[in-house]
Amino acid sequence: MSVPLTLLGLLEREPSHGYDLKRDYDAFFGRGKPLPFGQVYSTLSRLGRDGKVVISDVAPGSGPDRKRYIITDLGATEVEQWLTQPVDPEPHLQTVLFAKVVLALMLDRPADEYLDTQRSAHLHRMRELTEIKRDGSLVDALLADHGLYHLEADLRWIEMTGARLDALRKAVRP
Amino acid sequence: MSVVIEARDVEFSFGQTPALRGASVSVDAGEILAIMGPSGSGKSTLLHCLAGILVPDSGEIIFDGARVHAMTETQRSSLRRDRFGFVFQFGQLVPELTAVENVALPLLLSGVHRKQALPKASAWFARLGLDGLEQRRSGELSGGQAQRVALARGLVAEPQVLFADEPTGALDSLTGEEVMDLLVGAAREQGTTVILVTHEARIAAYADREVMVRDGRVNAPDRIAS
Ligand SMILES: Nc1ncnc2c1ncn2[C@@H]1O[C@H](COP(=O)(O)OP(=O)(O)OP(=O)(O)O)[C@@H](O)[C@H]1O
Ligand SMILES: [Mg+2]
Repeated sequence: MSVPLTLLGLLEREPSHGYDLKRDYDAFFGRGKPLPFGQVYSTLSRLGRDGKVVISDVAPGSGPDRKRYIITDLGATEVEQWLTQPVDPEPHLQTVLFAKVVLALMLDRPADEYLDTQRSAHLHRMRELTEIKRDGSLVDALLADHGLYHLEADLRWIEMTGARLDALRKAVRP
Repeated sequence: MSVVIEARDVEFSFGQTPALRGASVSVDAGEILAIMGPSGSGKSTLLHCLAGILVPDSGEIIFDGARVHAMTETQRSSLRRDRFGFVFQFGQLVPELTAVENVALPLLLSGVHRKQALPKASAWFARLGLDGLEQRRSGELSGGQAQRVALARGLVAEPQVLFADEPTGALDSLTGEEVMDLLVGAAREQGTTVILVTHEARIAAYADREVMVRDGRVNAPDRIAS
């Protein structure tokens, strides 16, 4: 799960304070593992150093949450690329897929197209593993099968999610 | 690679129910194509239109340069008999015939003499691991064996295109994959184009490429560079 990209994605909705970002991150992506404030601010300052966010205005007083962050073109391009590129099809990437789908819906992007792209990346990898299975030894075949069953599980999740995008959109865009 | 069969903007309705709403797909010679998609999306209907079993309400089916949609029923039925092979999910073996007669059937129907047809059909039994089952009737075969017999029947006349609708749908995963492995092996060996309908990703992974049917239309994913 990529914290910097997820925070950037959240910032693309609207300029936000670190506190808002933490709250939304915990609500949608934290799943019982809240993001420490320290990590929010260190991530934001790294993103600032790399030119992906800028500080829009600083309220008077002291404390870290006086700053409001705005995503830059560079940051927005990075979010765009991350959402558009399929994830390398490996087992156990459900959380990344989930984050991409939710953010795509929040940002009113074509989540169904991302799912389609991901489906074909998965099927492409499954074809490679099937080829290995047909040509290789039994050991190769069994290892390939292990990968194939996991990728198949991801694909089923992709199908189910694709069929429920409208409901999910309502749940994440109040 | 040259296109051997294609559907162009095909529409088809069952009475008031639209099943295909402008479906287009093209398949190269020797290619193994998987047609995927949710239940009721129009996969079988598309397969039946490509195979000249159903005639589109509009759009075109072109096979080897010929306009299948414009053919008479007689022309289409000889096309199916002489150039195409079929494997379906279940129930396609003739119960009164032995396994080897079932395999020989497409040859017998296109006028090949029994003396040539039966040995040619027998040769498939060893190839598909069915030795000794030649004289059984379909009721005496397991699901996996019956499906391999059906596969042999689909391929015995060396069709240009093999149409397979959920050929492993009634089998467990291991048996299903064995059938797919044999299907792909045999098709590649004789250069047969295969159009395979399946909703299972692990079965589709035996194909060279997949297309998705949704609401009667085909979305082909961008081919991903290897
Ligand atoms: N013989 C028929 N009479 C009436 N409607 C039909 C007939 N066959 C199919 N349909 C309808 O046409 C649409 C497409 O059906 P089709 O059989 O092509 O779907 P499919 O993708 O093959 O589904 P499945 O995965 O369940 O086999 C569906 O709405 C279905 O109800
Ligand atoms: Mg069907």
